[in-house]
Amino acid sequence: MNAPPYDTPAHARRTLRPVRSRRFALALPANATNWVSVWRRNYLVWRKLAAASMIGNLADPMIYLFGLGLGLGLMVGHVDGVSYIAFLAAGTVGSSVMMSATFESMYSSFSRMHVQRTWEAIMHTPLTLGDVVVGEIVWAASKAVLSGAAIMLVAGILGYATFPSMLLALPVIALAGLAFASLAMIVTALAPSYDFFMFYQTLVLTPMLLLSGVFFPLAQLPEGIRRAAMALPLAHAVELIRAAMLGRPIVDVGIHLAVLAGYVIVPFFVCAGLFRRRLMR
Amino acid sequence: MSTNTIEFREVVKYYGDKLVVDGLSFEVRAGECFGLLGPNGAGKTTTLKMLLGLVEPDAGTISLCGHAIPAGARFARQRIGVVPQFDNLDPDFSVRENLLVFGRYFGLPASKTRAMVPELLEFARLESKADAKVGELSGGMRRRLTLARSLINDPDVLILDEPTTGLDPQARHLIWDRLRSLLSRGKTILLTTHFMEEAERLCHRLCIIEEGRKIAEGAPSELVASEIGCDVIEIYGAAPSALRDELAPLSTHTEISGETLFCYVRDAAPVNARLAGRSGLRYVHRPANLEDVFLRLTGREMQD
Repeated sequence: MNAPPYDTPAHARRTLRPVRSRRFALALPANATNWVSVWRRNYLVWRKLAAASMIGNLADPMIYLFGLGLGLGLMVGHVDGVSYIAFLAAGTVGSSVMMSATFESMYSSFSRMHVQRTWEAIMHTPLTLGDVVVGEIVWAASKAVLSGAAIMLVAGILGYATFPSMLLALPVIALAGLAFASLAMIVTALAPSYDFFMFYQTLVLTPMLLLSGVFFPLAQLPEGIRRAAMALPLAHAVELIRAAMLGRPIVDVGIHLAVLAGYVIVPFFVCAGLFRRRLMR
Repeated sequence: MSTNTIEFREVVKYYGDKLVVDGLSFEVRAGECFGLLGPNGAGKTTTLKMLLGLVEPDAGTISLCGHAIPAGARFARQRIGVVPQFDNLDPDFSVRENLLVFGRYFGLPASKTRAMVPELLEFARLESKADAKVGELSGGMRRRLTLARSLINDPDVLILDEPTTGLDPQARHLIWDRLRSLLSRGKTILLTTHFMEEAERLCHRLCIIEEGRKIAEGAPSELVASEIGCDVIEIYGAAPSALRDELAPLSTHTEISGETLFCYVRDAAPVNARLAGRSGLRYVHRPANLEDVFLRLTGREMQD
């Protein structure tokens, strides 16, 4: 910041404002590796409660998978060329990735940021706000990879997914985890309290869950709604994961990956700006 | 860059239309303890946040350890330790784990951090609580842990925001003792406080802030001597205005704040004689302190 000229009156000096772009730069990551210590902190806490956390993460999708898969499967028979439970397994992997990443990004990150003030403590070190946000997003994605991979493994063992093509789903799970974590961070940046997260769950997560090919093929949907669903990340994640798990060829891989990548990058910059306004003003 | 450890020049900060820091300038030299003394809402915490590069000033220049702030803030933060006003310890970790995890943020190797932990626990008198969860600690212990944590990177400068607010007197004295030992090791300390006793005990120099403006600066004893320069008799329990009319001829100066009358006197004997034996009055004859300086400069008391 340049010092004001000697003869500027005091009141006029006070109207100087720093350049907008430099303000934003302060909220970005300092380098490519700082975020790792934030990730590691979260990992160490998780490790203390790992067993309980894993059971919690897996129980819900497993219940859906077997309850609906077997129950509805009896009524519905084959869907899209495979048994319903095999069709649903891929959808469940996608939805559990979404739920794990989102809930970690929302509830857990909010606790750390707002209630425990952990982010404040970290920002007193050489780490920047951007380092913290990247570390939190990658952590949420890590939890999503864990739950998605675990369900996929169970599905594989029970014969609802083909090996080795299902391994191709792993990088998709990682990318989708980052995308959902990044998106949910915007909600965390805006949330005044935990109750706010209900809006996102009701208005975004539930519709996305029902309209992205998790429970029934996208082809069932009217054209307009299908188009809208394709603008959201879950539909693309499920398409890719299902193709990998059922060992099927797929067109437009590039488009699916590009949409997911877009949902990683754009929300990150949006939430970085929102967090800067919230924590650094 | 100048040789001062911390330099604030004409720093201004608005929150919306409200002017929170108004052309504040001060510097802190290496090895000294500098205090920012002022009531709640004076802009002390905002000043510290700007110093750390966490809030951008609207005007003015800041430098910390030779780095321009906020551009070089993250480099400056490598060499400083911070004790914030409200604890932000990790409740999921034990005392020892809190120290170990924090060292990682500075890029310190785990072996180095582990080597420092016993010394820090001893410094903070928390050896017996090394494996206790943060939730089991008292307020004073948590503050000592935060202080120990702020030393994990062996900083040159410590920045403390109201370090003893909310602590009982015993905990407060222990913190003061720890801070004095840090000063004797050559560390530089910047602290904010609204306790004048804390400022008088710890600070080599201080500046008094009110509504974002510096209204006085200097060594505590010099400020008291130059602004007041005599003893004070503090009287409460009777209508101050009537009493003031009576005692004004016997005092150098009088001041009323709320229900209390302050008489500044070179010779206390006449006033004491007048007040002796009166019922319903309590009065104290004491040397002047920074509270009196603040009262003199602003017309109101610092404690709220």
